[in-house]
Amino acid sequence: MTAMNDVPDPETENTRIRRSRNKVLGLLLLAFVVLVYAISIVKMN
Amino acid sequence: MTQQTAVPLVTDWRDFFALTKPRVMSLVIFTGLCGMLAAPERIHPVLGFTAILCIAVGAGGAAALNQWWEADLDAGMRRTSGRPLPAGRMDRINARDFGVALSVGSVLLMGVAIGWLAAVILALSIVYYAVVYTIWLKPRTPQNIVIGGGAGAFPPLIGWVAATGDITLMPIALFAIIFFWTPPHFWSLALFVQSDYAKVGIPMLPVVAGEVATRRQILLYSALLLPLSLVPWMIGGAGSVYGLSAAALSLAFLVLATRVGLRRRSGEADSMKPEKQLFAFSVIYLFALFAALVADRWLVVQG
Repeated sequence: MTAMNDVPDPETENTRIRRSRNKVLGLLLLAFVVLVYAISIVKMN
Repeated sequence: MTQQTAVPLVTDWRDFFALTKPRVMSLVIFTGLCGMLAAPERIHPVLGFTAILCIAVGAGGAAALNQWWEADLDAGMRRTSGRPLPAGRMDRINARDFGVALSVGSVLLMGVAIGWLAAVILALSIVYYAVVYTIWLKPRTPQNIVIGGGAGAFPPLIGWVAATGDITLMPIALFAIIFFWTPPHFWSLALFVQSDYAKVGIPMLPVVAGEVATRRQILLYSALLLPLSLVPWMIGGAGSVYGLSAAALSLAFLVLATRVGLRRRSGEADSMKPEKQLFAFSVIYLFALFAALVADRWLVVQG
């Protein structure tokens, strides 16, 4: 096995980073929606 | 010679997170939460969580703007050269936009959900750190830490105002404690990393005024911190649990500061142990002092 095999392909690496970023962003947006919903309920009460 | 086309790597979400200085943020969250819990009025847990989230996100935004502005300086210091911007893992414009988005978003959410007085103070704290301290004072005056310390002193004030909607003497006393705690905390660090600061031309007190003057100033601020930490007890804002804890902690702080203040470095090979001890204890001091404040309040509520 050569050292070349250990270096990840930049395109593959970028796809992996983009996917994980999208997941985190999605979770943050979901958490924000839940928070706004909870604030609205508290304010209405 | 072969020419390779480099594919720039996309910035990882962990680098955006690192840009918010999570370790500093933990202290901001803690002191903000303590300010809120020490207040005489109770806040709904959802609103309390939102207020702390806004304080944390606002601090993260200010930290991102700080790193955007200081990217070149950070690259020249060993302690900061691994940060996302100097390490080349992030574009500067992305860092700036990220900082602005977090700052504006946190202030708006604070205003809409909690109240506009808390939102205005949060906005003030962000501008104070990102503009007054980072852009204006830090590169110009060796007193940068003294005035810049105000930025870190805002969280308990915001936490208190979020709970009560009012500014009284007690949150101002909490503000003053952090304000006077900041110089000995940072200058003890600056004493053992001063070669780094000198290299990038930041006029930290040890670089400009010398070690002797810095040690004297550390001692002065630590001596002032002792009576100041007792103010919440003296004005009736906290009970004896806080008073005794504050007295013991501040005395220990003063003892360590005296060792630093009266010391002369034995040479370049000096390990700076007392300075490192003071820096480490200063972090514990602030956590313990505010924890004592909350414990004291909790005991009062429990009757």
